[in-house]
Amino acid sequence: MNGRAAGLGRLGEAVIDAVERFGDCARLVGNTLRALGRPRPPLRETLRQMHSLGVRSTLVVAVTASFTGMVFSLQTAFALTRFGAKPYVGGVLALALLRELGPALAAVMFAGRVAAGITAELGSMQVTEQVDAIRAMGADPVQKLVLPRVAAATLMLPLLTVFADVLGIGGGLVVASSQYGISPHFFMQTVTYNATVNDLVSGIAKTFFFGAIIGWVGCYMGLTTSGGTVGVGSATTQAVVTSSISVLIADFFLTKVLLAL
Amino acid sequence: MTPERGEYAVELRAVHKAFRGHPVLRGVDLAVRRGEAVTILGGSGIGKSVCLKHMIGLLHPDAGRVTVLGTDVTELRERDWVPIRRRCGVVFQSSALFDSLPVYENVAYPLREHLDLAEDEVARRVRQCLAGVGLPDAQIEGLLPAELSGGMRKRVGVARAIALEPELVLYDEPTTGLDPANARRIASLIGELGRRLRVTSVVVTHDLELCFSISDRVALLSGGRIAAEGSVDELRASTHPAVRAFLEGAYDETRVEEERADGQ
Repeated sequence: MNGRAAGLGRLGEAVIDAVERFGDCARLVGNTLRALGRPRPPLRETLRQMHSLGVRSTLVVAVTASFTGMVFSLQTAFALTRFGAKPYVGGVLALALLRELGPALAAVMFAGRVAAGITAELGSMQVTEQVDAIRAMGADPVQKLVLPRVAAATLMLPLLTVFADVLGIGGGLVVASSQYGISPHFFMQTVTYNATVNDLVSGIAKTFFFGAIIGWVGCYMGLTTSGGTVGVGSATTQAVVTSSISVLIADFFLTKVLLAL
Repeated sequence: MTPERGEYAVELRAVHKAFRGHPVLRGVDLAVRRGEAVTILGGSGIGKSVCLKHMIGLLHPDAGRVTVLGTDVTELRERDWVPIRRRCGVVFQSSALFDSLPVYENVAYPLREHLDLAEDEVARRVRQCLAGVGLPDAQIEGLLPAELSGGMRKRVGVARAIALEPELVLYDEPTTGLDPANARRIASLIGELGRRLRVTSVVVTHDLELCFSISDRVALLSGGRIAAEGSVDELRASTHPAVRAFLEGAYDETRVEEERADGQ
């Protein structure tokens, strides 16, 4: 009986802790949006972050997208052969890539690289009192640190996703023509015939949210880091896991909403 | 006669603070007069830095009241702290210089944040601050904090803290981690800044040499309260058990070293 009570107590504490963390996160989101309206927006820092978070993620997104397009083409053409529909691999690939694979893959790769980077940087600043120093000098860490990173992540992920879409289709085209003898011209025809602007837009629209989630999770984990350098390590791991999972969960619900529109 | 509220730069009244249910401050009462240099003395982990962080709003008391530069800041919101923090400087224990910015930008940071100065005026004031802490070499301005020695980092931290010509400067363990020569240099710098800029200084330390060389008044933090306070001489003559325990504990160490030096 006592054991059960203690177990319930621990469960209760875990729930309270989770709710508190969620509340803190929501407050950070609110403060960031409020900082957006303040004078002297941190434009230069945002540009710097767009470069370090976005431009420097192109290689990892490029490799992921082109190889996913290639393997997708291999598998789909193989499967479609059974139905005698092998030539339509381009259309299937385009729909899957534009609507789902491009955004989700780009976001997960982005989460791994960017959330980790943000948390490691802000976490180190937190444990070496640099965040306290910003506050003590009468400046706002949300405006100085969080806003530029969240803005950069929100703006750069959609661009990276367009890039991923293009490279994924390109990779698929190369495999379809070289391995299955589908002419590139026909491949592109099935792509443009089946995929609509709506497919592209619904995929890209989600990535603004994914980018913002990744930026916020990274910043939140960084700013709440404690326990010295060991703390920075564990916060960074947690940031990658939390942001990737949050993106995949948000993906499901955003897709439901977008399909209902 | 009770002094007027405006006479104090900092007042802590019955301040309590606990972390995860573990009480650290249990009713701290401390008043620092304007222009005074006060040292909060105490052992490691006793809550000295916690005390100091209440004076700049990095921590908020669970109970009690805090007044800084004439404003009751106990329940002040973060954004209302800005005008008060603008009049204060903080020297952090780890220096807390921004790793990604060179020395020049670190010292210019508060100037850019609060004043709308032309670049040559910013440069003039940055150089003035760096010269004020004994770093007049122009080469140092372009270095990153990681390229500096511990003592230099500390001095750049002081230069950044005085950039806005504050009325109140808070020092968190300013000599910790420094060799004796650098520690003495920082101590004389703190004393000199106090005299030259007429600022109020609050120094948190366990370094007795620093404490005795710069303090107008000393407060000993023990058991979550200010156990004793007075001038350096009063403290030395005090028979209060906590004071004796702290002074003799620290004295013993120095005496052993002195004897060892004498014997050689």
